[in-house]
Order: sequence, then C-alpha cells, then structure tokens
Amino acid sequence: MTDKNKSALSSALNDGLNWVDARFPLTSNVKAHLTEYYAPKNFNFWYFFGSLALLVLVLQILTGIFLTMHYKPDADLAFGSVEYIMRDVPWGWLIRYMHSTGASMFFVVVYLHMFRGIIYGSYRNPRELIWLFGVAIFLVLMGEAFFGYLLPWGQMSYWGAQVIVNLFSAIPFIGPDVSEWLRGDYLVSDATLNRFFAFHVIALPFVLVGLVVAHLIALHEVGSNNPDGVEIKKLRDKKTGFPLDGIPFHPYYTVKDLVGVSMFLIVFSAIIFFAPEMGGYFLEANNFVPADPLKTPAHIAPVWYFTPYYSILRAVPPILNSQFPGVAAMGLSVVAFALLPWLDKSPVKSIRYRGTLYKQWLVAFVISFLVLGYLGTVPSNVWGQFGAWMGGADRATVVARIFTVVYFLFFALMPWYTKKDKTKPVPERVTG
Amino acid sequence: MSDNQNDNQQADSQSCGCSQVDQEKRNFLIATSAVGALGCAAVAVPFVKSMTPSERAKAAGAPVEVDISKIEPGTMMTAEWRGKPVWIINRTEEMTAELAQHDGQLSDPASEVTSQQPAYCKNEGRSIKPNLAVIVGICTHLGCSPSGKLQKGGDMGDGWTGGFFCPCHGSKFDLAGRVFKGSPAPINLVVPPHKYLSENLLLIGVDTEEKA
Amino acid sequence: MKKLLLAMLLMPFLAAPMLASANEGVSLDKAPIDAADHESLQRGARTFVNYCLNCHSANYMRYNRLLEIGLTEKQIKDNLLLAGDKIGDQMKVAINKKDAAKWFGVAPPDLSVEVRARGADWVYTYMRSFYRDSTRTTGWNNTVFDKVGMPHVLYELQGEQELNHETHALKLVKPGKLSVEEYDALVGDLTNFMAYMAEPAKHQRNQLGWFVLLFLGVLLVLTYKLKKAYWKEIH
Repeated sequence: MTDKNKSALSSALNDGLNWVDARFPLTSNVKAHLTEYYAPKNFNFWYFFGSLALLVLVLQILTGIFLTMHYKPDADLAFGSVEYIMRDVPWGWLIRYMHSTGASMFFVVVYLHMFRGIIYGSYRNPRELIWLFGVAIFLVLMGEAFFGYLLPWGQMSYWGAQVIVNLFSAIPFIGPDVSEWLRGDYLVSDATLNRFFAFHVIALPFVLVGLVVAHLIALHEVGSNNPDGVEIKKLRDKKTGFPLDGIPFHPYYTVKDLVGVSMFLIVFSAIIFFAPEMGGYFLEANNFVPADPLKTPAHIAPVWYFTPYYSILRAVPPILNSQFPGVAAMGLSVVAFALLPWLDKSPVKSIRYRGTLYKQWLVAFVISFLVLGYLGTVPSNVWGQFGAWMGGADRATVVARIFTVVYFLFFALMPWYTKKDKTKPVPERVTG
Repeated sequence: MSDNQNDNQQADSQSCGCSQVDQEKRNFLIATSAVGALGCAAVAVPFVKSMTPSERAKAAGAPVEVDISKIEPGTMMTAEWRGKPVWIINRTEEMTAELAQHDGQLSDPASEVTSQQPAYCKNEGRSIKPNLAVIVGICTHLGCSPSGKLQKGGDMGDGWTGGFFCPCHGSKFDLAGRVFKGSPAPINLVVPPHKYLSENLLLIGVDTEEKA
Repeated sequence: MKKLLLAMLLMPFLAAPMLASANEGVSLDKAPIDAADHESLQRGARTFVNYCLNCHSANYMRYNRLLEIGLTEKQIKDNLLLAGDKIGDQMKVAINKKDAAKWFGVAPPDLSVEVRARGADWVYTYMRSFYRDSTRTTGWNNTVFDKVGMPHVLYELQGEQELNHETHALKLVKPGKLSVEEYDALVGDLTNFMAYMAEPAKHQRNQLGWFVLLFLGVLLVLTYKLKKAYWKEIH
C-alpha cells in the first residue's frame, strides 16, 4: 500500500468516526471510560476479580441463552431435558458444565472481589454508593443462583427450594401467605418451577446487568481505590491535569486483565474438564436423583456459597416457638455488608496502614466465615454431642453459635475497634 | 417557608416568574400523581394475584383411598395426598405403650395446638385406632419430610424411643408425630382429616363429619 | 499476613475431598473404572441389558450411543435390541411402574445416572453385598442398602451369601455358576458400563481438557509477554 492510499484510508476512517460522533458520543465515551480513565498504577492481583466477575457474567448469560434453547421448565420434563442436554445435544455437556461451574466461580470471584474491597477500604468515602450497588449485585446474584438451582429439578433442587421458600413463612403474620404466593402452590411444584425459570432467565438478569452498569458508572465517577488507599486525584500533573499516580485504563489495565483472564480460564477449564462436580460442592450427587416430593434425602445442605448464612440460620435457636430470629439473623448476616461504609471509623483505608487490632478482628471474621461455611455443608451432628454438662448439645451447633457471635461482633464492634486501632501514617503517593 | 419567599423575591426581581409557585400547576401535579399512582397500584394487583395458587393447584386436593392391609406391625407406608407424603404407621403394642412414657420431653404432649389435628385425634396416640397413626410427613419447621426411625436406639442413640427425625435441621418427633423439646420445629406434625371406609380401607382428606 | 489470608481463602478447596468421601458409614470397595477399556464396557453393557433392563429403565441412554464403545450396529441389533426397537431408541422398559411398585414396594428407579447419584464404588459394593434374609418377603437383604426392595437378580451367578451378625462379614455359603473372582469381574464390568452410561461424554471431556489447558497455557504466556511489553514504560 502506498503512502497516498494509506492517508486516503485513514481520512475515510476519520470521516466515518466523525459521522458517528456527531450522532453518538463514541469517542468521548471511549476516552472517558478507557483511554483517559486514569486508574492507580499500583493495582495488585486482588484487582483482577472485578473484571473477572464481568467476564463470568457474560459467560453465564451466553451459556444460559444456549441452555434455554433445550431446557424445558416443566416438572415432568425438566430433569430429563437436562440429561438430554448432557447427552443428546451436541456439545450440550460443555455448555451445561460451563454454566454450572460458572455459577460457583461467580461466587468465588465475587467473594474475592468483596474481600479486596474490605481489606483496602474501597467502601469508604467517596465510594459508598459503589459499595451499595455492589451489595445489591451480591443480593440479586444470590437470588439468581437460588432460582437457577431449582431448574435441574433434582432432589437437592427441590428440597433446597422447599426449605428456602418456607423460610419466609417464619415472618410474623404474613409469612405463610408470602411463601404460598412465592410457590404459587401449597408445596413446591410445577408452578414454582415455571416461575423460577422466569425469574432466572428474564427478571433477575435484567436487574443484574442494570446494577452492574450503575456499579461501573459510580466507579468511573469517583475513580478506583488502590492497595494504599490514597486518593490519586489529589496530585495531578501540572501540564496535563492527569493524576500523577494514574495510568490510562486502556491499554495498561486491559492488557493486565488479559493475564488475569488467562489465569482464570485455566482454573475454570480445569474444573469443567476434570472435576465439574468439584467433589460434590458444585454439583451435588443427590441432584442426579429426580425431585421426589415424598422423600427428603438423608442429608440436605445448600450449595457451598450459601452455607455460611445457612449455618447462622441453624445456629440461632427458636425463640418463643418462632423461627423468625434465625431467619432475621441470616438476613442480617448478608445485609450487614451494606453498613460497612458507616461502621468503619478508621482514619486510614487500607489494611497496609491499619494496626493489629483491626487485623485480628478481620482474621477472626474470615475464620468465622469459613468455619460457618464448612459447618453449613455437614449435618449438625457431624462432631457428635457434648456430655451431659452441656445438655448433650451437638458440638457443631455450639461451635456454630460461637462463630455466629464472632461474625456479628466484627460488624457491631467495628466503630469501636477501628477508632481505637493504632494506625500507621499513610504516604502521599502510592507505593510499589 | 422563608427560603421560599426569598426565592420568590429573587424570581420577581428577575421578572421571570418561572420559579414562582403556580398553584394551578401544583394542584394538577398532585392530582395527576395521585391518580397515576392509584392506577399503577390497581394494575399491580392482577400481577401479584397471578402468582397465587391457580385453580388447577386448588383442585388437586381430592381425597385418596389407601389399602392398609399390608402394613405389618412396627412398619409404616407412605401415601400421597395433595402432593404431600402421608404416613400410615402401624404401631405395635409396645410402641403405643411407650407414647405415654415421655410426655415430659415433648413440647405439646396433649396436642393443645388444635390446628395440628382434627378434634377426634386429640388423644394420646393422636389417632382414631390406637395402633394406626395417620400423619402428614412434612416437618413443621421448614417443610422437609422427616425419616422414619421407628425402632428404639439404633443410629439415633440409646435414649431414642422410636419416632421420626428430620434430616434438614434435626427436629425429632415421637411415633404420634409429637415434637420433642429442643427441636427447631415449633409444633407437632399435622394429622390430616381421615376416616376408615372399612377395616382395611382408609380415606385421607375427608372427615367422618363431612360427607365423603 | 497476606499469605495467611490467602491460605485461609484456599481452605475450602483443600477440604473438598473430605466431603466427597463422607458416606453413610459402610466401607465401600473401589470399583475398577476405566472408560477407555471398551471390552469391559461391552461386557458390562451386555450384563446390563440382560439382567437390569428388565425392570430398570435407562431412559436417557440411546442404544446407538453404544457405537462409541466399539460395538457395531449389527452387534447392537442382534444382541441387545428387543424386536421392534430401533437403534436410536432409548433404553426403556415395558414394565408398568405401578405394578412394579406393588411387587417390590418401590418402583425400580431409572438407572441412567445412578452412578452419579450414588457413586461407582457404591454400585460395585452393593451388587456384591446381597445376603439371604428369611425375614424379608423377597428373601434377600443387603449390607449396603438395608431392607432393599430388589431381590438378588444375579444370585445364580454369585450364589448365596449369609451375614454373620456379630462380625458383619458376608460369607458365601452356596456357590453360584461363577467363582468369586469371576463374579467380581462381572460386577466390575457392569459398574464400569453404568459409570460410562451416567456420563457418556466424560472420556471425551477428560481428553479434550488437556488440549484446552495447553492452549490456555500458551495464551497465558502470550498475554503475560504482552503485558510486560506495555508496562515497561510504567515506573
């Protein structure tokens, strides 16, 4: 190609771009969100999980569309249609495993993303709304996972839905009517399956995508936090006005996130191709038995990503013959994350400059979360019973109660220990 | 209020009038919003109602007949009524005798919660015939179906006198469906309306008092 | 600190195998599963069709899928198909579910995904654990599945076992047509076939997995080099 041709082509492209820009703010949006969106240059690997969550969302929507082409939301046909996808539909097994593994990986990525937000104080002023949108995404994601889990119509699907929907009947006065309304029947049935399908494939995905857009708009308004928790917008280049410690998101973080994507895909594919059941955590053995409304399996537990909250539900004893305190505690254990921006009174954001007091509480919280998560997967008599001195109580229940208290103390005492904590001085500029 | 007046004065001085309170606009704004909101609420009703149990779901509750001749003493069978499991337990004499022995461990030994059984089953064994118990096998906690652990001891431990154990949250019931203290389930299992059509034929879903 | 947190986050994944091995207290024997052993799968398919498929369906499995394990269309037609069935049909049974429920107490479950529900080791052990029990109407009981509804269908082959109620050990009291080793091999082949049937794509999945991982490894190297190339100007 000669130089003359080249310049002709580039001016034609330029004209085309101008034509679009006069009608749609393409160039200015690309600038605002990619090439001139300045992100701190010191992101570490914890910052991969946001873009990975977006990747998993796209994967779930894409694989979901293709599964919907073959799946039948009918109590008589649902179980069989999943096996039809697994056997008779060409490559159906791959798409189904991508979707089932994607569901669990979504929570893995989102939990790590949330943990990043906690340790670096990303929920603090001025990012409270980003955090609230994030908590809303998390809640909708839990709903999406719950509704989706009924669709294979196996024993775990069925009894999991039965238990969760019945949780609503614990609400005083209106409870029983609410759960009947949710089910559309007197027990989980075809009507329930049909509406859960509607929620799973239409209602919640729309809400989810909307919230993700809001999450990103809010993020790009205030700019990203970073592992030092210092505001890069305070120090700007005198000539250009861009933050001194910032670099354009594109190309620097797009190419960096590609490394994260490659690493993630390796883990993701290893699970899909070699352990799609993940030892019973991602796909439970009992879900290969078709739903039987007359028989509850000998041991039922929610999928791993719900187990910490489920443990809290089980740990709280009924008060005045009412299950409501347990249900309320479970709800609170999830919603408590939304309060973090107002509970944290520390003068610093990042864990790098916090003192040991905060770190001890954080470790206690993470341990509680994991122990509760484990206990939620096993029957409450897993560790046997204490002797008569404890009234013969299940050991696991007592342990779950202790860690439930620790879990809530992490939030309840946060105003106190973050204020009292001895922090280190925060540098002007980002480090390393 | 004073702020408002300030604004008005400012607006006046600018001889614009655009931020002056126009009572006509305000009245119609309020009226339109109110009527619009009413319309939205009215439209929401059918949508919310559409999610309640349909006529088909309501019609599924016909009574069922069960042949009970083959239940050996000390065993049980499960029938299906309104999509729910209904247990029919043939209790041995030893089992019925045991029912009177553990009232102290029960939350509601005398079946005082009347919604849980028909009046004719408000007795020790919660049954019409002393040996045959008819119980809806749905835990009153969160709706799982408990497993029959009819025999003494076994994997339930030495203190176990026979009954039912819910795998979901560990609620325990005796052989009359009465809940043991310390269980997450608040009340006894439900005894459905039922009657015996003949020695070996049980009808679940209809009372003796109503016509079959 | 960092390492501690990371270790804690990884903990659930390290604990995963614990859940898988948690079973109801009965010790199970390891099933000889080899999806690449076509001869074993073919023998297992024959046993399955001859003995299991009379009462148990495998509704999600099509006969022509057996071409995958090395059987020819003619072999399938001559040896496995009932008259009138087409090769693309599913492995259905003529038995009426209601009748079956009357005879056995429960309707025989569909076995298409039985191995995924119970595990191959369970099936392998179960089929070798029937013993004579005069208290049962069928005359049979099972150490893995107490008060099982199914009688011992393979007893002519295995013979009769009795349970020592003190040691909980099974003893062969009346030998069948096959020796103990032959019978174990037969059940092994059957389990192998049922494991294959539970997820026919598994072998393909595992083989393809290595190529995908290799590809992604190359992609990782490339993206890493790309990132380095861009980030060399950032200090």
